[in-house]
Amino acid sequence: MSTTLRINGITHQVDLPDDVPLLWVLRDEVGLTGTKFGCGVAACGACTVHIDGEAVRSCQVALSDVWGDVTTIEGIGTPDTMAAVQQAWVANQVAQCGYCQSGQIMQAASLLAENPSPSDAEIDEAMQGNLCRCGTYPRIRAAIHDAAKMMKEA
Amino acid sequence: MASIRKIARRSFLIGSAAIVGGVAFGTYKYHQPAPNPLEEKDGRAVLNPFVFVDQSGVTLIAPRAEMGQGVKSSWASLIAEELDVDPAKVSVLHGPAAKAYYNSAMMSEALPGRGYDASDFQHSLGEIVGHMSKFLDLQVTGGSSSMRDGFDRMRQAGASARETLKQAAADQLGVSRDQLKTEDGHVVAPDGTRLSYSTLAAAAAMIEPVETGLRPASSWRLIGKDVPRIDMVAKSTGTAEFGVDVRLPGMKFAAIKQSPHFGVGKTAFDASAAEGMAGVEKILDLGDAVAVVATNTWLAQQAVDAIDVTWDPAPYPETTDAIFDEIARSFGNAPNSTMRDDGDVDTLPDGATVIEAEYRLPYLAHATMEPMNATALYTGDGLQIWAPNQGPTVVQKNAAELAGLEKDAVEVNTTYLGGGFGRRIETDYTDRAVQIALQMPGTPVQLTWSREEDMSHDFYRPGAIARYRAAVKDGNAVMVHGKIAAQSTTVEGAGRMLGLPMTGPDKGHVDAAFNQPLAIPNFRVEGYLAKPMIPVGFWRSVGASFNGFFSDCIIDEMAHAAGRDPLEFRLELAHPEWEPAAKVLETVRDMSGWTGKTADGIGRGVALAYSFGTPVAQVIEVANQDGQIRMTNAWIAADLGRVIDPQNTRAQMFGGMVYGLSAACFGEITFQGGAVEQQNFPDYDALRMHTMPKVEVALLENQPHMGGAGEPGTPPAAPALANAIFDLTGRRARQLPLMHDFDLFI
Ligand code: FES
Ligand code: FES
Repeated sequence: MSTTLRINGITHQVDLPDDVPLLWVLRDEVGLTGTKFGCGVAACGACTVHIDGEAVRSCQVALSDVWGDVTTIEGIGTPDTMAAVQQAWVANQVAQCGYCQSGQIMQAASLLAENPSPSDAEIDEAMQGNLCRCGTYPRIRAAIHDAAKMMKEA
Repeated sequence: MASIRKIARRSFLIGSAAIVGGVAFGTYKYHQPAPNPLEEKDGRAVLNPFVFVDQSGVTLIAPRAEMGQGVKSSWASLIAEELDVDPAKVSVLHGPAAKAYYNSAMMSEALPGRGYDASDFQHSLGEIVGHMSKFLDLQVTGGSSSMRDGFDRMRQAGASARETLKQAAADQLGVSRDQLKTEDGHVVAPDGTRLSYSTLAAAAAMIEPVETGLRPASSWRLIGKDVPRIDMVAKSTGTAEFGVDVRLPGMKFAAIKQSPHFGVGKTAFDASAAEGMAGVEKILDLGDAVAVVATNTWLAQQAVDAIDVTWDPAPYPETTDAIFDEIARSFGNAPNSTMRDDGDVDTLPDGATVIEAEYRLPYLAHATMEPMNATALYTGDGLQIWAPNQGPTVVQKNAAELAGLEKDAVEVNTTYLGGGFGRRIETDYTDRAVQIALQMPGTPVQLTWSREEDMSHDFYRPGAIARYRAAVKDGNAVMVHGKIAAQSTTVEGAGRMLGLPMTGPDKGHVDAAFNQPLAIPNFRVEGYLAKPMIPVGFWRSVGASFNGFFSDCIIDEMAHAAGRDPLEFRLELAHPEWEPAAKVLETVRDMSGWTGKTADGIGRGVALAYSFGTPVAQVIEVANQDGQIRMTNAWIAADLGRVIDPQNTRAQMFGGMVYGLSAACFGEITFQGGAVEQQNFPDYDALRMHTMPKVEVALLENQPHMGGAGEPGTPPAAPALANAIFDLTGRRARQLPLMHDFDLFI
């Protein structure tokens, strides 16, 4: 059964059963491997993408339920044209192993889109579903504040 | 002594070789060079392994696993420091599995002795023993050893390459070498002429490599500075390739279900339900596991979940309680080691106050963010493996055995690692991928474990029991006698890695217990080894992960019994034994504004642990928030002797502490019916953004030797927190995780 998806502005036809989670459509079918698998049960946030701008756990959204345009980490910026939030991540040297960071960045990007200057408490609230086993949290917090500043100045 | 020095020096002989249009530089180890691993390809011969220069520029090889500790960048900085190149402008590759990339520092940790009291002579001896790992083919990343291993060797590789390139320029320009300078990948002549290393490479290959001394610390541009990490842009844009991101033409995806009972197979299985499922290409019987190869990882997982398997019963005690009974039983055996036995612990002075405590710590999973995975392609006469691994030569050896191939026929490609923490020093996940690939010749297959599979099939941090008897008198520490029982990571884990039986006193088992830099007149530590039951392995800081808790908690209990301030009490014990340990305590005291008094509703705890060559002190502050315990602040001071990259080292110290705190609060692996009960993050949670304390890190460079960074932050975390909770509640935590006995803010 063929489903049409719009991902990072490009239309894809995918031939997979309806119940395959978006995560696995992206990774194993479309070849967008920036979005990561961590738990499969909505407990880590590594698989976070945007659907119509809203941060969602792609491991929990079945292919047939994708309700809008999908944006992945590859869609918000590239190494040569990084989004402000990605630039802030580099400037703060956030990543350690880096495996959770696509999900962290996508979560942070949606927070900043809704709330251009989040407080520490608002950051806590928005980011607590995103696990980092390496413990990069303080630099994530600093990068979100920096990105907020950069986006305001831009 | 003289001969030792001579050997140590000879081990740094420099070599170079011609490659097409270029030159390769490196360091030879020991008497003979290890065989060169970089193949002659496209006419590009490479004799030795760490630097090569050709038309396309400079390439550095950093053959250590990048799992978040920044080793790729720091290793490159060591070479670049002497070579005068910008690490951001050169290529840095991991390189293949090879003997030449052996880890010399890790084996030297195995030498007897407390570590902190080692003389220079013992350090030289350590280096020599380290070269043993060459003969064991031990290319591994672990033991917080990379910087200690590469510090001299890589700077020497860079220095020799630089001077040889300068010599080539001198010959060409008709000036003497000492009139030339180097800068940003160029040799610069007195008249300002700039010759790029690339254009000099072919000529440099023709001349005898120049040996030279190393630059003094005062002239360093990179070492000791915050250097931007070379993997940072890739890791911020989703373009860094982890093991699970490998994509090959025609690749299939596999899922696996392994026996929940360790070490046994199955009596029966029925795969009929899986057979017709979407995407399924092949169902494989692996003996003690079943696997499905499909067109998509998730479809493979659905199918493997549909296979009905009856597993053989567990050949070890089936419940947590029965397993801990067995661990406790080992106290009845003769001790495996008594690595510290000062004074007399059996005779106490009159009027001494005796403290007796039993501590119990659970088995722990590594729970790396990236689940276990590997990709393999079997071609009939060769095998290619792509894997996020900490030990490529071990992967290679075990894969060759499984496939019945020569080691040379197995190529290991190391990707970025989504966390390691010691888990990826094992090869079970690469072995599984190889088993599957062998049944699918010509087809590359990527095996990804579900989180449930990953959590329930680890090589766990062993569960451990400690029995301590201690005494204080007139406010002073009089005696400590600790007995520590657990399965042995050395016997089981190191034995597995090296393929050798490990016998004799097990130092790792009592690390951070016997060798704490505390002057206690009567001090004995005994190690007891429980029999193998659950698979155990190297978990960040290994034995120190439990001993750090035991040996510091007892000190805290002693301080309390003696009516002393816990920080001053430790300081008084550290001063006469080892000044750098006292200094880290003083530093956290000053940073945290420690007064020994806390306001109502606030608790503070301190801990000190020496492990992997680095003393670390931590102070943790907790607060009562509406009846729940919340961590509010933490202070860390560590003395590494030499800090290569401060920002990165702070991240390691901090990350090590978070790892320890996560385990202290929530971590436990328990057993029912012989199987692991925890399956996914909801059963094995960790600190998150909102539960994280604010942290300040101070890095000191007082001690004369270089200590590790990746592990030493972990051991003091749990005791500092437990001691803070005692200060807040008056209740001692003698068991972890804390969530069972305390109401933690989550
Ligand atoms: S993989 Fe989706 S939340 Fe963990
Ligand atoms: S950077 Fe490793 S899990 Fe977050």
